[in-house]
Amino acid sequence: MSMRESSDTPTPRRPLLSMRGIRKAFGGTTALRGVDLEIAEGEIHGLVGENGAGKSTLMRILSGALAPDAGSIAWRGEEVRLPTPQAALAAGIAMIHQELSLIPSVSVAGNIFLGHEPRGRFGVVKVGLMRRRAADLMASLSTEVDVTRPVEDYSLGTQQMVEVAKALSHSASLIVMDEPTSSLEEAETAKLFEVIRDLRARGVTVIYISHKMEEIYELCDRVTVLRDGERIGTAAVSELPREELIQWMVGRRIEQFFPKARVKPGAEVLRVEGLTLDSEHGGGRRILDGVSLSVRAGEIVGLAGLRGSGASELMGALFGRYGGRVRGRVQIGGKDTVVTSPAAAMAQGLALLTDDRKATGLVLPMSVLHNMTLASLDRVARAGVIRRSQELQLAQPLVRNLAIRADSVDVEVSSLSGGNQQKVALAKWLMAQPRVLLLDEPTRGIDVGAKTEIYHLMSRLAAEGRGILLITSELPELLAMADRIVVLHRGRVTAELSGPEATQERVMAAAVQEARCA
Amino acid sequence: MPERLWTLATWPRLRKALAAAGRQRGLVALVVVFLLGAVVSPHNLKTGENVFLSPGNQSNVLFEYAEYGLLAVGMTLVILTAGIDLSVGSVLGLSATLFAYLLIARGWAPWLAAALSLAAGTGCGLMSGLMVSRLRMQPFVATLATMVAARGVAKWISGGIKIADGARPWYALQQGPPEVFGWMTAPLAGGWLRPVTLCFLAAMAVMALVVHYTRFGRHLYAIGGNEEAARLSGVPVGFTKTLAYGLSGLMAGLAGVCNACRTSYGDPEAGFTYELDAIAAVVIGGTSLMGGRGGMVLTFLGTLIVGYANKILSLIGWQEAQRLLAKGLIIVLAVVIQETRRR
Repeated sequence: MSMRESSDTPTPRRPLLSMRGIRKAFGGTTALRGVDLEIAEGEIHGLVGENGAGKSTLMRILSGALAPDAGSIAWRGEEVRLPTPQAALAAGIAMIHQELSLIPSVSVAGNIFLGHEPRGRFGVVKVGLMRRRAADLMASLSTEVDVTRPVEDYSLGTQQMVEVAKALSHSASLIVMDEPTSSLEEAETAKLFEVIRDLRARGVTVIYISHKMEEIYELCDRVTVLRDGERIGTAAVSELPREELIQWMVGRRIEQFFPKARVKPGAEVLRVEGLTLDSEHGGGRRILDGVSLSVRAGEIVGLAGLRGSGASELMGALFGRYGGRVRGRVQIGGKDTVVTSPAAAMAQGLALLTDDRKATGLVLPMSVLHNMTLASLDRVARAGVIRRSQELQLAQPLVRNLAIRADSVDVEVSSLSGGNQQKVALAKWLMAQPRVLLLDEPTRGIDVGAKTEIYHLMSRLAAEGRGILLITSELPELLAMADRIVVLHRGRVTAELSGPEATQERVMAAAVQEARCA
Repeated sequence: MPERLWTLATWPRLRKALAAAGRQRGLVALVVVFLLGAVVSPHNLKTGENVFLSPGNQSNVLFEYAEYGLLAVGMTLVILTAGIDLSVGSVLGLSATLFAYLLIARGWAPWLAAALSLAAGTGCGLMSGLMVSRLRMQPFVATLATMVAARGVAKWISGGIKIADGARPWYALQQGPPEVFGWMTAPLAGGWLRPVTLCFLAAMAVMALVVHYTRFGRHLYAIGGNEEAARLSGVPVGFTKTLAYGLSGLMAGLAGVCNACRTSYGDPEAGFTYELDAIAAVVIGGTSLMGGRGGMVLTFLGTLIVGYANKILSLIGWQEAQRLLAKGLIIVLAVVIQETRRR
């Protein structure tokens, strides 16, 4: 079989956790086919695999959110049952989800001790004690916060730290982190890594789920690879070459990671001059401040910038998300246009793939098919009546071309894995046949295989003569895929780089430019 | 080898049957209630006929629940968008009052009076819809305002009394109650189907087709499932919502006309708390109050379940007080079943 046992190398320390033969099926689909996972005490253990490989399911079983159909869990050498998240927490297993589970309006201290507040007589919460302990915990993570302020006042990076503090407040000895850096900036990521290493030094064990190879190699001691509900192997990262790891994940060699095709640019399809958007809260702050750029047919233009740079907002403004609040000149296909609603933007041939498929991309309770045709109902309806045969006719080629993995097009889209959900969101826009695609983080939170497929697709779309505006927080991806890169900082264009001048250093320099001056 | 526990997992055929029943649990519940009715029903002392199963009784259930059913049809449209329409009971009252007033006090032709009553109901719904979509009011608050205002207008029209033949000297323009009242509530051509029942069934059928096969219907689900994603996919959110509330108002207007015909007067208090029964029918059917999940067929089942349950309880001699208590329990049970399925 394909099971590769580099784990013959004896586990350095005694196993803290040992999951054996875990099986789980949802309805007809089998998510886990007898998976083993062994975690040594005090290690940082990477868990990788494509979307749908079973990572989340395995971790949800570990954290008590799901019951396995078969298999056993040994914790500190003893067989345990973890029927509820509370039971897992009591044992010392805490999980930090990709979408943070903090309550935005509640204070930092309140979030950390939510559900286990220190109580005094008559069940009254000892607020002072709770705040002191919360402050101590945050200080131990070398993060400075006012624990009385609501968490929504803090950046995502700090909120991540609050999650870690929350886990520690339960005296967790094993913390599972599911893609903790997917929405963090580089500095915040570096900070988080420091904290994770510090946790290891304090004897806390960490299971680290990520799609980013660099992170696995930088941070983890050992790594376990899952594919299609089976464990492919476990190895020390120092003994596992990157190529082999990727091969374990996808089961095939990926020839060209960034399949960038050179396309001769055609006519200008999008031109923006002096686009300005004032902050809704007034105060003279501008989210976008006189942005100008252009995209030609067949071109992929990258938008770079740190969070708050206005890159996402630029896409939103072009797509009519802010109604009439946007000023400036926009030309689509050479004609002046004023776009005040998403529907109007679509009529002009724009498409916007948002950066958050669950919140703004997909209608989760609807089926795969209905999500795919949502933006193209004109093409499948006659006199307002939708023809299913027409829907299927448009959808099936896309399901095939994008290799969307689903039992049927009629299952709820929420039942698909992240990568497949993203493909459905993308398919919705491909069906609408746009001239210009605005792609905001098209590869966020999806696995290597799906990423490559999406890069291929982008190249193909460019070759067909469509213009693409691309945002991605992974700089290598941006450099490889974009013909030109426009760098934004605080709503202003600070650089436009192409060809050899587009390097990681120069993009970063332009992205942080004013912060240095100011 | 450890002893194998007997679980559902070891008997796939039963598990499959249960899963299928779970998906069709609205239908299963209806069948259960129906069979229960047949079993516990008293029998006619002379003929020995099962009272519950008698065609007369069956036709009565549909007739008596037609108004709730109409309200539930409109309510389903609104709830699919993750909204709620509390005004339907009041709008029913307004429409019933207006219809009776135009017929009895003004001597209008029935079709003209009905048309204006339906228009009034639709207008109320559109007002709610505009408050929700343009003024961005919470559906609960917006329709609460419409609910209070519509009741006020109904009382204003009637002067606070029931509009019946001879209720005031000048109401006796005609001899006896308007013919249309009798026509609407009498069985058609020797059968058991009355025009009021037909209104309900036709509205249900038309809206079921609209919800499941039209662009408007698809938009309702999209908005209820994820409003922002729908907007970013070009769905006209404001228009669709306004139309949903407008149609809910239209259904309430139609229910009002039916109410006036059934009671043969225009009661400004008619429809009091009917909105709660309509919501109950929708929820028992299995449409989610969170929006985006459910449908018209489910609401039809829900309406029949509530109607039959009520009928059975009255057949076995329960008083209204006990029936209300039972209805509360049924709602809880339905929602619990609905929730357990989702986990």
